Amino acid sequence: MSTSHSETPEPPVRDQADVPGEVLPDHEGGRLEPAAASAPIAPTGPGGPLAAPATAPVANPMPRGRRSLLPTMTPWLAVGLTLVVAIGLFGAFGPFFVGDPDAINDIGLSGPSGANLLGTTQTGQDVLSQLAFATRGSLQIGLLVGVMATVLSAFFGIYGAYLGGFADEAFSLLSNVFLVIPGLPLVIVISGFVPPEDRGLWTIALVLALTSWAASSRVLRAQTLSVRNRDYVAASQLAGERPWRVIAVEILPNLLPVLASQFVYAVIAAILGEAGLSFLGLGASNSSTLGTMLFYAQNGFALPLGAWWWFVPPGLIIALFGMGLSLINFSIDEIIDPKLKNARTSRRRLRRAAQEGR
Amino acid sequence: MNYVLRKLLFYAVAVWAAITLNFAIPRLLPGNPVDILLAKLQQRGGTITPQSREAYAALLGGDTDDSLLHQYWTYLVNLAHGDLGTSVTYFPTKVTDVISTSMPWTITLVGIATIIAAILGVGLGAVVGWRPGTWLDSAVPATTILAAVPYFWLALVLVYLLARVLGWFPSQGGYDVVLDPGFNGPFLQSALLYGFLPALTIVLASLGGWMLGMRNMMVSTLSEDYVLTARAKGLPERTIMRNYAARNAVLPSIAGFAISLGFVVSGSVVTEQVFSYPGIGSKLLSAVQNNDYALMQGIFLYITLAVLGANLVVDLLYGLIDPRTRAKG
Repeated sequence: MSTSHSETPEPPVRDQADVPGEVLPDHEGGRLEPAAASAPIAPTGPGGPLAAPATAPVANPMPRGRRSLLPTMTPWLAVGLTLVVAIGLFGAFGPFFVGDPDAINDIGLSGPSGANLLGTTQTGQDVLSQLAFATRGSLQIGLLVGVMATVLSAFFGIYGAYLGGFADEAFSLLSNVFLVIPGLPLVIVISGFVPPEDRGLWTIALVLALTSWAASSRVLRAQTLSVRNRDYVAASQLAGERPWRVIAVEILPNLLPVLASQFVYAVIAAILGEAGLSFLGLGASNSSTLGTMLFYAQNGFALPLGAWWWFVPPGLIIALFGMGLSLINFSIDEIIDPKLKNARTSRRRLRRAAQEGR
Repeated sequence: MNYVLRKLLFYAVAVWAAITLNFAIPRLLPGNPVDILLAKLQQRGGTITPQSREAYAALLGGDTDDSLLHQYWTYLVNLAHGDLGTSVTYFPTKVTDVISTSMPWTITLVGIATIIAAILGVGLGAVVGWRPGTWLDSAVPATTILAAVPYFWLALVLVYLLARVLGWFPSQGGYDVVLDPGFNGPFLQSALLYGFLPALTIVLASLGGWMLGMRNMMVSTLSEDYVLTARAKGLPERTIMRNYAARNAVLPSIAGFAISLGFVVSGSVVTEQVFSYPGIGSKLLSAVQNNDYALMQGIFLYITLAVLGANLVVDLLYGLIDPRTRAKG
């Protein structure tokens, strides 16, 4: 029954991912080489002597395997990185260059002009200044919730799957229940019970994180289950390593791409969730995010008055930032599921072959 | 039929968890909802008897004489009798009556929009994923912007463009208020016209997710052996795409329905606010703004039960579509 297949230690995706790299001489990975050498995702790691033979594939030289763990540069990835970096810089440094977002002027509700690049609000506040501060606020809460939700999902998904047995059953039931209970209504109800004076940034972040970890916990659990029974994990356990070390050193490096992609999704979901909550007037008090901007635009009758410059930019920033993150995730997905990458590169190869033949 | 039984058991646990969460939230959080609620009730001209106080205390906590277990029991008994209290916002209407008048609006809107988005998205995803690497396929990542757009903002933009600038659709409400709600031609026509923009919002915002998921699965399915076999047999391309690749590729999309529906329901709650749609989302919001805790809890419970019900139906359907779920013990 047992084939020779199960004897050889198999790194999850690397072997397959190498195929296009082998055929295509212009595999862009060359440019990424220096980064790859110092990347922390090197599968060997400080795993001790026992882990070494298991993680060194005989047939494939190491660098190529490592390189395939980094995304290839595609036009869409470039677009995504540009969007994320540009909006990130705008949120981080924009507030230093714009005027006071709360300063009231007597030129209320004027369209974009030289003095106010994005026009003014009902009370003559500069929309661009507000946008800079609001972007910063939204990014902060997005990162905060992204980290918290990823930690929660990693705990329930990875730790549960590693322990197995009753703990796994219980954790997986818990995440499945949280998955089917709709998030935003729950968040709205919780915010409704908390008096506004107690509704701080951390409270909102905690509530958003508590309601959004379940989906990625399921993904991480599935991945962990497939890694948990590999030989090098067993070897590490036999060597008497403590559970947290086995998880951190043997299992976690294999999950890094998945973890990264789940983190990116968590940030998008958090920014969207917070925007919805703030738009309803239930966000953190005294915060200024893109959602609160839209809340004031809606309550200041921006829509009936036709003040598009007031309500279009905040939503556009959310959409573009989310798009940028999703595009980055596309490239991460190609690392997790090499079939996606093969489909792209093989088509390109065919096209080139057709051109050369002509 | 082990699969069906397991699913039913799981949803029973989920319902219990939702009911218990509903019981626990007001007791875990700061503030004294019962007093605020009763004060509001008195303002509206309601008389407060010791019985009504007890009923609200069972719902929202704050009763220190009773043990927590006894409170939980009273809460469950009241729930079983369908007694969710009286709404303060719509005094003296009962919470259950407020919900039963607004629930059909939301279920129809979200239901129709979700079905349209799912069929359209899965169909497009299958066509695009069938030929990966074409110009059409390389344009797919652009649709991620749809998945990242906040529902309510898309609603604002659509209202601005289609209702305010072009004047094609009404921007507020769920039907022409001069008409009588009921099953008559003019009313249904008006409801359709008023519901178009909210539905378009939901379809546009959820389409991208369905499409991307399907496209990616389709690409993965293409390299399966059974697709190769089908090709070798010389079957027509359309047959392979529809009956071999797409049928297998759609399974994860169906299995992931719970996540999609969660996003849609969350999005539509906020979207209803933009349109002042007479659905459950607007009611939830006015309940929160008026500290109408009884209505808030009732609505949360009903939304959760509706979502659980929809997921159960999809899960049972999945059991029919994917024979592997039956084969496994």
